[in-house]
Amino acid sequence: MAEGKGVLVLGEVVEGKLAPISLELLGGGKKLASDLGEEVSIILIGDEVGKFSSEAIFFGADKVYMVESPLLKDYQIDSYTSAIEKVVQEVSPRILLMGQTFTGRELAPKLAFRLGVGVSTDCTELSIDPDTKELMGTRSVYGGNARAIFQTLGQPQIATVRMKAMSPLEKDEGRKGEVKTIDAGITEDVIRTKVLERGKEEIEGVKLEDADVVVSGGRGMGGPEGFKELQDLAGILKAAVGASRPPCDNSWVPSTWQVGLTGKIISPTLYIAVALSGSSQHMAGCSGSKTIVAINKDPEANIFKEATVGVVGDWKQIIPPFTKKIKELVSG
Amino acid sequence: MALNMIVCIKQVPDPEVPPTGWKVDSTVKKVIPPPGTPPVISPYCEYALEAALRIKDKQGGKITVLSLGNKLSLSVLRKSLGVGADELILLEDEAFGEADAWSTAIALASAIKKIGEYDLISCGRQASDWDQGQVGLGIAEILNIPSVSIAKNVEALDGKIKVERLLADGYEIVESSLPCLVTVTSESGDLRKLTIEGAREARSRQPLVWKPQDIGLSPSQSGVQGRRTKLIALFQPVKEVRCDIISGESPEEAAANLALKLREVKVI
Repeated sequence: MAEGKGVLVLGEVVEGKLAPISLELLGGGKKLASDLGEEVSIILIGDEVGKFSSEAIFFGADKVYMVESPLLKDYQIDSYTSAIEKVVQEVSPRILLMGQTFTGRELAPKLAFRLGVGVSTDCTELSIDPDTKELMGTRSVYGGNARAIFQTLGQPQIATVRMKAMSPLEKDEGRKGEVKTIDAGITEDVIRTKVLERGKEEIEGVKLEDADVVVSGGRGMGGPEGFKELQDLAGILKAAVGASRPPCDNSWVPSTWQVGLTGKIISPTLYIAVALSGSSQHMAGCSGSKTIVAINKDPEANIFKEATVGVVGDWKQIIPPFTKKIKELVSG
Repeated sequence: MALNMIVCIKQVPDPEVPPTGWKVDSTVKKVIPPPGTPPVISPYCEYALEAALRIKDKQGGKITVLSLGNKLSLSVLRKSLGVGADELILLEDEAFGEADAWSTAIALASAIKKIGEYDLISCGRQASDWDQGQVGLGIAEILNIPSVSIAKNVEALDGKIKVERLLADGYEIVESSLPCLVTVTSESGDLRKLTIEGAREARSRQPLVWKPQDIGLSPSQSGVQGRRTKLIALFQPVKEVRCDIISGESPEEAAANLALKLREVKVI
């Protein structure tokens, strides 16, 4: 196979907009492409995606490849894998990047196995080896206890990138790019699973991903009741409420509240961690926070190695007076 | 309808051991868990087993558990038999050592082809050591069967399965024909407890052990030789955070002092 060229990014559309992760991938992809002296391009898949192409160009795409079909209106793993496969065959990119999202997590491995190449998932840093021109992906392993740099074999080199690990470029409405439509020839028979229903968890107040301040509870909250107190505190701080894995696994709170390796990756200005131990699994989701505050009764808990400020004590005794004082300060 | 189910499980160092004490040998590129860290079944693989057991409870069926590795601990993996799996097959050989997602998926898929009859394959969404989340999806692609990932609930009915799959802001219900592969998430629920009788009964049962040649694999496809990723470097993240512990005469005072501190550093 001839040597591939350029960095290709999978674009995702969420709630009628190009998702933040896609803009981040364009930003990160552009840097890799310029180190290679090549171009960055984006794939847009759907039933009508033309309206997102100029936005993609403003955020750095040199080329936009559109794959449109009524069969691609809603995400489905088989049809989307086939669409990307087709673009990869036509474009022969050197590198293919996707977000470590609920779609990228399954599309990237599936496509890699189909193409017979390796893939590095959940990378937080990407770079080009100047001598070999190979892509190096850095990722957390053993639940954050170690970090590894991987190189995948075969072309394209595929990686998924953690949300917020890369920065988008400044939007430049003067930027020019080329838009090309690719017919992927998707037919019904490639689609093997059917989505019967999609449900959305309604969020009251601020969304976790958008919040400047997040109050999170862990296993030590002991049940759903404790989270009501955290919600009161969050209300005063205009904060979102999150959780580590155990409260979600025990159904004390919805699974969409989970912050961590297998939940949401957030980087608020202030992260208040209550009665959670600070496992590596959890810290993977919030270590990008500017200030981490820990409230935990165990002085040996790992969270005190991650936090900049903390109180050692039982949350039941700390949270009510803390909330009261915060209320005074915020309203005063 | 009784289903033929296959569950893939991985043996890992216990991930619940606190983060302090983990070391990395960068020269040989190996993670060294704290001394005394026991091997366990990776938690996501346990959820995958539980999801299969629940289907078996409801409508019967057979569960075959597959595990791949070098130096596997039979006493750890036998737990799967003790909680209700019917058969345990180990892909154990030096040649399987240092496999990556690619060589692991090839070996597991080859073993599944040898087993022959299957309706549902259940895997964890990722393993707690390398956290790649690739093997399950890779097996489905090699076997050319549909897959549903990050499953919270799996139900089988009328030759199909219905899966509740988690999304960032909610869920979706996905239907698939059989055979199908699912990868299971923690929200699905813990593995049932191993009873004393179950453990005793499992001790009397022997696993089947298959070598690469038993599943038609050449050495170049197995373990370290069959990798499609190269581990370039392994190291430990450097942390230099010092926590400022706020105190007080009473919990109330400590709490108030914490609030004042946050105001002082202008984060509220």
